[in-house]
Amino acid sequence: MTGPVFDVHDLSVYYGQFRAVRDVKLQIFGNEITAFIGPSGCGKTTVLRCFNRMNDLIESARIEGTVEYHGVDLYDRAINPVEVRRRIGMVFQKPNPFPKSIYDNVAFGPRIAGMKGDMDEIVERSLRRAALWDEVKDRLKSSATGLSGGQQQRLCIARALAVDPEVILMDEPCSALDPIATGRIEDLMQEIKAEYTIVIVTHNMQQAARVSDRCAFFTTEVNELSDTRTGMLVEFDRTETMFSNPADERTENYVTGRFG
Amino acid sequence: MAAPMSRFAGCARQRDLRGRRIDLGGGLFRVVLLASLVASVGILAVLLVDVVNGGWSVLSTRLGDFLTGVLGSRPERSGVFQGIRGSLWIAIFTIVLAFPLGIGAALYLEEYAPRSRFARIVDVNIRNLAGVPSVVYGILGLAIFVKSLRGFTGGNTVMAAGITLAILVLPIVIITSAEAIRAVPASLREAGFGVGATRWEVIRHHVLPYAAPGILTGTVLALARALGEAAPLILVGATTGFLGGGPGSLVDLGQLTERFTALPIIITTWAGRPQEGFRALTAAAIVVLLVVVLVFNAAAILLRNRYEKKRR
Repeated sequence: MTGPVFDVHDLSVYYGQFRAVRDVKLQIFGNEITAFIGPSGCGKTTVLRCFNRMNDLIESARIEGTVEYHGVDLYDRAINPVEVRRRIGMVFQKPNPFPKSIYDNVAFGPRIAGMKGDMDEIVERSLRRAALWDEVKDRLKSSATGLSGGQQQRLCIARALAVDPEVILMDEPCSALDPIATGRIEDLMQEIKAEYTIVIVTHNMQQAARVSDRCAFFTTEVNELSDTRTGMLVEFDRTETMFSNPADERTENYVTGRFG
Repeated sequence: MAAPMSRFAGCARQRDLRGRRIDLGGGLFRVVLLASLVASVGILAVLLVDVVNGGWSVLSTRLGDFLTGVLGSRPERSGVFQGIRGSLWIAIFTIVLAFPLGIGAALYLEEYAPRSRFARIVDVNIRNLAGVPSVVYGILGLAIFVKSLRGFTGGNTVMAAGITLAILVLPIVIITSAEAIRAVPASLREAGFGVGATRWEVIRHHVLPYAAPGILTGTVLALARALGEAAPLILVGATTGFLGGGPGSLVDLGQLTERFTALPIIITTWAGRPQEGFRALTAAAIVVLLVVVLVFNAAAILLRNRYEKKRR
């Protein structure tokens, strides 16, 4: 496929009157891992949640600008957000398995999507891709909430992969995990990137440097009038450029640890 | 060499790790809490013992006769069959009308309604309705279901009474269900939406099962309330006088449009009778009412435990 998967033009997101993030312009390319980095409150997660219309669930949220997915405006009136989310999966900050069995967690998406084929096979394939199969194959019927945090997060990845999306959005997927579990998720991301496009929000610069191909650095600016903070994109480039030779001084300060 | 901190008497470093300090406030608080528990349970126990004791002469000698017998003027031959039947009908109306309506309204309020001024006004009003005295609902029932809708309900019938009580408990069902639905974690909804579920699928597969135990707790309270009310039933025409038909069967659709009575009505009527024999009958009828309420509650609690197990 040619061209970027996502093409974002002058995106601003508002919560009511409050402008949470402004004038974001970037592209996400296929079979790459794109990382969003930056200090807290800079709008990384807000922008990420525009990619699968997750912000629709917040009543006061609205956007300006466009988010194009393969050239289609995701915020066009004709677009059905449910279909968008089937193509563009999401993994959340805190592992949030359904309080059901491991099997049912993975099978839920394919079932409601009406996917054809052997459900046992879909579940096994998804769990294998998420590097969880060997640990849970003997207790597929037991509750997902009994798994460890790292296992739960890999289950959430398996759940997202089960509907066979094109893009996986990851919102700080490792922030609640220990370094070993984090390492497993990072390995997993490298393994699946041949088949998927991944966008990851992370607080952890080393993680961004380790896993990502491209990197977007966001920061906040204080609005003098209202004493609120609005997020903005500072720089977007290939990860090695961002970490070795950034164009913007603020990026350099952040990646060298002098700020944030 | 003395540490610099030791200048301050009682500073953290010098404190003896052994021994007990007497925590007067904490101890007192604990005693007060225990006293509250003992008082509440004690009062309940006294009530129960008193009622069972008072009705024992009836319950131990002619229990079957008492349960299947009909109302009469002579205490030794009177029974509560018609009351049990009336109360069962009221329970059925509550379950069939108030539960689906109430849970539906709560779901709409919590999941669909935009957070507007109007939604807030509706919410506040439902809360106020839950506090309206039951007599007021009785008058409403009299005006609407007995008088205006006479052609449908047949006037002073168990159908009019059942609908009135269903409406009486509707606000309780809505409030408790809405609270249970609100307690469903946002992360669970996001997880559902995140894999491409529609709002209905998220509600059906995740919100409702998670909220089910809380909703059931609310329905238990509502049902117990409906079964215990006497005042609105008096207004919609419950009677202990002329009841059409004979004993009949327990659930007979023909009964829907007949005059009716219910256990709380029988209890209030008998309690006012001067004859000595009705005193024991009153106590025995109270025991029967308690057992009926208990059976419904036990069923709901069993159901709730099943859902709670699923949730884990």
